Amino acid sequence: MTQLNSKVPTGPVPLMWSNYKATCKLVNPANKRKLDIIVVGTGLAGASAAASLAELGYNVKIFCYQDSPRRAHSIAAQGGINAAKNYQNDGDSVYRLFVDTIKGGDYRARESNVYRLAEVSNAIIDQCVAQGVPFAREYGGLLDNRSFGGAQVSRTFYARGQTGQQLLLGAYSALSRQIAKGTVTLYNRRDMLDVVLVDGKARGIIVRNLITGEIEKYFGHAVVLGTGGYGNAYYLSTNAMGSNASPIWKAYKKGAFFANPCFTQIHPTCIPVHGDYQSKLTLMSESLRNDGRIWVPKKLEDAEKCRNKQLKANDIPEEDRDYYLERRYPAFGNLVPRDVASRAAKERCDAGYGVGSGFAVYLDFADSIKRLGRETIEARYGNLFQMYEKIVNENGYESPMMIYPAVHYTMGGIWVDYNLMTSIPGLYALGECNFSDHGANRLGASALMQGLADGYFVLPYTIADYLAGEIHTKRIPTDTAEFNEAEKNAKNTVEKLKAIKGKQSVDVFHKKLGKIMWEYCGMGRNEEGLKKALELIPQLKKEFWQDLKLPGGTDEFNPEIEKAGRVADFIELSELIVRDGLNRRESCGGHFREEMQTEEGEAKRDDENFAYVAAWEYKGENAEPELHKEQLEFKEIKLATRNYK
Amino acid sequence: MDLTLKIWRQKNAKTKGEFVTYQISGISPDCSFLEMLDQMNEKLIRENDEPVDFRKCPVSFDHDCREGICGMCGLFINGRPHGPDEAITTCQLHMRKFKDGDTIVIEPWRSRAFPIIKDLLVDRSAFDKIIQAGGYVNVNTGGVPDANSILIKKNNAELAMDAAACIGCGACVAACANASAMLFVSAKVSQLALLPQGKVESKERVQKMVRTMDKLGFGNCSNTYACEFECPKSVNRSNIARMNLEFIIAKTCTEKETVRIAGV
Repeated sequence: MTQLNSKVPTGPVPLMWSNYKATCKLVNPANKRKLDIIVVGTGLAGASAAASLAELGYNVKIFCYQDSPRRAHSIAAQGGINAAKNYQNDGDSVYRLFVDTIKGGDYRARESNVYRLAEVSNAIIDQCVAQGVPFAREYGGLLDNRSFGGAQVSRTFYARGQTGQQLLLGAYSALSRQIAKGTVTLYNRRDMLDVVLVDGKARGIIVRNLITGEIEKYFGHAVVLGTGGYGNAYYLSTNAMGSNASPIWKAYKKGAFFANPCFTQIHPTCIPVHGDYQSKLTLMSESLRNDGRIWVPKKLEDAEKCRNKQLKANDIPEEDRDYYLERRYPAFGNLVPRDVASRAAKERCDAGYGVGSGFAVYLDFADSIKRLGRETIEARYGNLFQMYEKIVNENGYESPMMIYPAVHYTMGGIWVDYNLMTSIPGLYALGECNFSDHGANRLGASALMQGLADGYFVLPYTIADYLAGEIHTKRIPTDTAEFNEAEKNAKNTVEKLKAIKGKQSVDVFHKKLGKIMWEYCGMGRNEEGLKKALELIPQLKKEFWQDLKLPGGTDEFNPEIEKAGRVADFIELSELIVRDGLNRRESCGGHFREEMQTEEGEAKRDDENFAYVAAWEYKGENAEPELHKEQLEFKEIKLATRNYK
Repeated sequence: MDLTLKIWRQKNAKTKGEFVTYQISGISPDCSFLEMLDQMNEKLIRENDEPVDFRKCPVSFDHDCREGICGMCGLFINGRPHGPDEAITTCQLHMRKFKDGDTIVIEPWRSRAFPIIKDLLVDRSAFDKIIQAGGYVNVNTGGVPDANSILIKKNNAELAMDAAACIGCGACVAACANASAMLFVSAKVSQLALLPQGKVESKERVQKMVRTMDKLGFGNCSNTYACEFECPKSVNRSNIARMNLEFIIAKTCTEKETVRIAGV
C-alpha cells in the first residue's frame, strides 16, 4: 500500500511554515464558493476550522452529536492555553515552547509540526482576545499568565478555571456568526457513522439523525474530522459521556492509518474513584499544582490509619509527610509533566502509602493559604474547590484534597501529514483526534493550543493545497453507488445490533472493556499483561455481538443505539491500542513498559529502535493490521533523556 | 437509599406525556443524580424483555460532560431547575441531598421556546439562534492586533468573565414564571458590552439579540430573579439591568442618528 509521506517541507525547521505559506497553492474566491467542506465535531478544532473556512468563502457543513455546538468537550478544559508571547519577560520564545513541547512529548513528535504549533501560538491569543474572550488581567490592564507542568516559564493564559469554556465559546461565537450568514450549515444531534470514498478520495459522510433515527448522507469536496480523543475506551475517564472514537475508527477502517494508539495520557490530578455506579471521573486542573503540594504519609502505619479514617491528614506532622515529587524531582517539584506525576502517585500507592480508598494522594493548599491568604487561592481556583466540595462533600481549603490519576487525553490518533491530511486523500484530522503534536505525552495547556492552531491557522492554508486541484470537481449527488453502499452498511450495523437480543446492556460491556484496559494497558504495562489483554478483548467482542440487549426502537431518539455503536468501535480500537503497546518495547511519555525502566524507576526510552511513529493500516476484519513506520528525524533538537530533577 | 421516582414520560414531540412512577433501591448517597438515573435505566433494561411499552424503556435525558460545564443536562427536580442545591447543575447534584424514602418528581424544562423532544429532553436551539443574531464580535480569523495592545481594566475583565460563565443550560428560562430568557441574553450582551472589543457594535448587538429573543417566544422579565437564584453559575441579575441600559441607549442613539441622517 501507500508509502508514508509526511510531506514535511524542506529547509531549516524554523523556516518551514513561512516558506510553506509563501509558496502553497491558493483557491480563488470565485472557486471557493463552489467547494463544499464537511467538518465533523464542534470543539476547538472543528468550530475554529469551520468558522475560518467559511470566512474564506467555502461552503461548510458542520456536524455534532450534542444539541448545540457549544457543548463540545473542549469546554471542560480548565487550566489554560500556552503561547510563546514572553509577556512576563522570563525568557520565553517560540523556540523554547517548541523545545519544551518536544521534550515534554518524550521526543516522539514530528519537529516540523511542533515548531509550527509554537509559531502560531501567539496569533491564537491575539485572535481570542479580539473575539472578546475574557482572559485574566493584571491591574494595569495587561494579560496575566500562570505556570504549568513541564515548563520553567509562565506562558499559560487563562480565564479562571474555565479557559476551555471561554475559548470554545469564542470559537462557537465565530461559528454562530457564519451560521447566521448562511456560509455554515449546522447539523446537530447527528452521529457520524462512516466516511464515503469516491475514487479513493473522501467525498462525504453517513450520519444517524439522533432524533429520528434516520440514516442521512452528505457530500463534501473534503471531509475534516475534529472529533476528539478515544479516552472513553477506558470507560472511566475525564471525557464527556458522549466522547467517542467512532468517526476516526470508521476512517481507519476505510484506509486512514492510526498512529501511536498506545500513547494515552493519565492525568495526575483527578477526583478518585468512589463506587461501581460511577460514570465518569472529574479532573481537577493541573494548575492546582502551582500552589498545591502533593504528599502521602511517610509511615506505612499512618497511611493505614488515614485509610481507616482513624487519622486525619491535618494531624500528620510535617516531618512525617513525604512530598514525593519535591523529593524525587527537586528542579520541577510539583510541576513535573503529567506522566511523571501520575506514575509517581501510582508508585507510592502501590507501595502501600495511598490514602482514601488506598488509591489517592493528598493535594495540600495549607502552605499557599498561609503564604498568600485564602482569598488569593479562592480567586485563582475557586470554581475547582467548589466542584470538589460538590462531588466529595469535603472542604479543600480546610483539609487537603484527595486526588488520583485518571485517563484524560489521547496523544495517539489518526496519522496526518504536515498538511493535516490523513492517508485518505481529502480526509483531514484536527486537534486531539490526530496524532501529530504531542508525541508520547502532552504538556498541560497544550491541547487548547493545538486545537485552535489546527483550526484557525493551519488547515485554512493547507486545505487549499488539496482543494486547488478540486475546483473542477462538480458536487457529487448522494445517490451514487458509493453513498448508497455506505448507507446500507450503516443501516445494517444498526439492525444487526438490534437483532442480537441478548441479556447484557451496552454499559455492562463498556465497563468490562474499561476494566481490561485499565488493568493491562493503564499507567504501567508489561508484555504479559498486554498479551493477556489481546486474549480478553476478542473474547469480549464475541460476547458483545452475542449477548447485547438493546431496548427501544431504531427510528426514534434512543441513546442505547448510539452507545452500542460506540462501544462496538471502542472494543476494536482497544485491541489496536494494546497491539501498539506490545509492539513498542520502550518506555516513553505516557507509555510505561515496566520491563523498560531505569534503576530509579524512570522511563527508559529506546531511540535506536523506536524513534518512529507507529502507523497502523487496517487489513480487514480478521487480519492483523500492518505496521508502517515513520522515522522521526531530529534536526533541531538533540535526543536526550528527559530530566526533571 | 430507597426512592420513589415520578418521571415525565413522553414518547415524542407529537404525543401526550404523563408521569410514571418507578421504585429504586440501594442507591448510594455519594452517587450523582444522573448516576442514580443510570442505575434506574440499567434496571429497566435488565428487567424488561421485548416487546415492551415505551414506559419500560430507559428514560431519555440530555447530559454529556457530567462535570457541570457543558450545559447539556437540565432536569426540573421537585419543582426546581437542577434540583435542591445552589449553584449546581443536575450532573453535579448528589444523592446526599435527598433522604431515604423520598419521592422525587422529575420533569423536563417547561417553556414554549423549548419544545419537548422526548421524555426529559427539550430542544434548546432557540439559544443558539439568539447567539447567531449577534452574540459575537465581528472579526475574521487573522489580522487582529496584538493581544496586549487592548488594555482592559481588571474589574471589567472580571465582570465580563462573571457573565461569560453562563453555560447555556436554560435553567433561567425553566425557573421563570414567564419563561423569560433575559438572564441568558443579558449575560452575553454584558460580557461583550464590558469589553472594548465588543463595545464597537454594542448598540446593534443588543437590539438584534433582544428582537430575536422576543420572536422566539420567550416571555418578559418581571424582576422576580428566580433565574439568578437557580443559575448553576450564579450569573448576576445586574446583567439584566446592564442589558436594559444598553437597550435604552441603543434605542435613543439610533433615533438621534436617524434624525441626523434626515438632516433635522
